[in-house]
Amino acid sequence: MAKKSIKVRAKAKNDVITVKALITHIMETGLRKDKKTGKVIPAHFIQSVDCEHNGKAAMNAEWGPAISKNPYLSFKVAGKSGDTIKLTWTDNKGNSDSLEAKAK
Amino acid sequence: MQRRHFLKNTMVTGAAVLAASSGLLVPGQVFAAWNKDAFTAKDVPGAMKGAIGSDSAETSDKIKIKAPPIAENGAVVPVTISSTLGDVKSITIISEKNGTPLIAKFNMGAGTEAYISTRIKMGKTSNIIAICESGGKFYKAQQEVKVTIGGCGG
Repeated sequence: MAKKSIKVRAKAKNDVITVKALITHIMETGLRKDKKTGKVIPAHFIQSVDCEHNGKAAMNAEWGPAISKNPYLSFKVAGKSGDTIKLTWTDNKGNSDSLEAKAK
Repeated sequence: MQRRHFLKNTMVTGAAVLAASSGLLVPGQVFAAWNKDAFTAKDVPGAMKGAIGSDSAETSDKIKIKAPPIAENGAVVPVTISSTLGDVKSITIISEKNGTPLIAKFNMGAGTEAYISTRIKMGKTSNIIAICESGGKFYKAQQEVKVTIGGCGG
């Protein structure tokens, strides 16, 4: 994937990093129909988001299709400014993308 | 016949090795693979059994759900879940009346706080149930969200 699909903001305050992430993804449920053709639009959604903090697994999210389009995710992990946060997502079609960011 | 067997065998082992090595390359994969049964379950007990292995959880006031009481657009409902329970291993979000109630499960590593914020889709007015796993036990809390325009099946 050429274009980065993830935006991450990580801010450290009082030894806690607040990570906010936005992922660009259509998150199709597989239930909607195309209005013109009447055909069901196949499901296409993110199934898993992994987050690493300084190379260690900090959080893993298992998602169903009921997460909104262009998902937003925020969580908090103990750490300090300068730590690396890495986010990786994988969808049901096997596509994936990842991004590394430094906590500010 | 012999040759055929040989080829087939090497292919199978080859695939297995590939799978194993690709698993090693992704450190995040230590957590469970996508839980298809839980996410396709059509009712709340089914979803809970699939996600946390039990269909009952103790109600707790130590779990806080922040969600709008009325959501104008069911396709985007902001939900924040936090808990003061110690050592929360996972947070599961369920929307009671969605076609497939299980929305997401967040597995927390050490050092990650019991705090999750995301946006979810809701088919119609229903309760959002949050389940936290703490010390091998499951605790839940719920809040109703009124949806004026459904977000599933548009």
